[in-house]
Amino acid sequence: MIWSKRNILFPLKLTDSLLQGILRAGAVISALVMLLISLFLVVESWPVLGQISPVRFFTDTSWHPLEGAYQLMPILAGTLYASVGALLLAIPLGIASALFIVYYASPRLAKWYKRLVELLVGIPSVVFGFWGLTTLVPLINQLHPPGASLLAAILVLTLMILPTITLTAYSALMAVPAEFLRNAIALGISRWGMIQGVALPAAKNGITAGIILAAARALGETMAVLMVAGNVVQYPETFFDPVRTLAANIALETAYAMGDHRAVLFVSGLLLMLLVMVLSGIAGLLEKQRHA
Amino acid sequence: MNSNQSTDKPNIFTLGPLEAGPACCDPQPAIQVRDLSLLYDGMIALDKVTLDIYQGCITALIGPSGCGKTSFLSAINRLTDLIPGCNVTGKILVHNQDIHHPDTHAQTLRRQVGMVFQKPTPFPLSIRRNLSLPLNEHGITQKAEIAAIIEQVLRDVGLWDEVHDRQDVSALSLSGGQQQRLCIARALALQPKILLMDEPCSALDPLASGVVEDLICRLRGRYTIVIVTHNLAQARRIANYAAFFWVSGRAGQLIEFGRCQHIFESPSHELTAAYVNGARG
Repeated sequence: MIWSKRNILFPLKLTDSLLQGILRAGAVISALVMLLISLFLVVESWPVLGQISPVRFFTDTSWHPLEGAYQLMPILAGTLYASVGALLLAIPLGIASALFIVYYASPRLAKWYKRLVELLVGIPSVVFGFWGLTTLVPLINQLHPPGASLLAAILVLTLMILPTITLTAYSALMAVPAEFLRNAIALGISRWGMIQGVALPAAKNGITAGIILAAARALGETMAVLMVAGNVVQYPETFFDPVRTLAANIALETAYAMGDHRAVLFVSGLLLMLLVMVLSGIAGLLEKQRHA
Repeated sequence: MNSNQSTDKPNIFTLGPLEAGPACCDPQPAIQVRDLSLLYDGMIALDKVTLDIYQGCITALIGPSGCGKTSFLSAINRLTDLIPGCNVTGKILVHNQDIHHPDTHAQTLRRQVGMVFQKPTPFPLSIRRNLSLPLNEHGITQKAEIAAIIEQVLRDVGLWDEVHDRQDVSALSLSGGQQQRLCIARALALQPKILLMDEPCSALDPLASGVVEDLICRLRGRYTIVIVTHNLAQARRIANYAAFFWVSGRAGQLIEFGRCQHIFESPSHELTAAYVNGARG
């Protein structure tokens, strides 16, 4: 196929070959950056990976990196709790908002509502963190001290990933061919019946992609979470307990970390990246299953 | 108007090869359209159409593009409700029930009046789910009953032998002709009395088109069929009645309505004659 494409383009003009060069360079650079980052992470974490068995990240008594105790599990748990919690809240809310924009709101309202959501995407994470710290944390503190907690992290993350889920679900729903909807209505199917029977299944791929994007963002979000989560390394027993996430851990400790400690931080970075890779792997599998 | 012409000439009802077959063509009106006008944003698209569509017969709507055939069709199952700025005046009675009466629920109406569109549009679901979804929606949830209906309608459209052992594969894996027959089966599953078809064969290759055409003929008698077609030969082959629409200015008008044979062989209007003979349109 590539050959036939080339034949169509042949003979290449100067501008064509120039453009081809630029595009190729762009593609190579993007791929290279990804590879280099992975390589960098592996190289930097190598001193530890080569020396101490990775099992220790799960069996050490605690996270006291200065004393050589590298138990990562509570931090991993904190990361997963915060992200999963945020997803559990943001997925239904985001899909509901998208359905509202596409099928229920008047065109005027839909336009403004969508603009509002788009604005929400543009808010810098530090602003979310700031708001969480000054408004949300005191509120939660009144409910149950200390305030800086897993709950605060979940709520702030929810707000941050909600627009991603809403907008991707919106695009996916808008891409559902109008014929499907017309056919559904011609069969006397109600609006809700059409949405859950036809529109949502047809938009499933796009919505799933949005959720994965949001999950990746939630896992990696650093600043806002760091500002509201309390950052205590522990397994949270309730939503009101402070937690520390992998990303926050790196941000908190890189400044003074040296030697093995520094390398272990890179290991946690690697772990974070693996998590995201597993996620996109799952997305790929889902996709394949659908087309099987 | 023109709708009365057929009664002016009573002999028309007893003539022609198309009457052969079941006694489906007693001229009992299934749909009565009176002074139907359709406006899009105040622009008139269809101007005062009055005609009767007879029960159990195939009525073909013919005419050039943009003459309001599809608009007319969509008005019958109130699909026009969905078009912003579309305004329908006049009266349509489906089995003596005014479809614009406040007591007539659009969903109930659409269950009685099925529709098949030009482009085959199975939902991106399994074959089985395509057929069970509308059934579920109309309150039929018993598995055995649904399975029986699915088998029945798949047999009706001649798909049973082709797909009965793979009902759980995606309907999108079917060929174009099979997809269109599935769409017809989906409409039949709700046991409508009337089927509206908007150029059901025009997106299909000639072979698939022939299969669907035969299917439409087999449905004659059991269903009242209104079909829009640009294929005059097809209209002539399958229809009992034909309605000829023409566009004057921007408004579509019904020029002539009558027995198919009459429209094609001895039209009363010169525009009809010119159109069916290929001189215009």
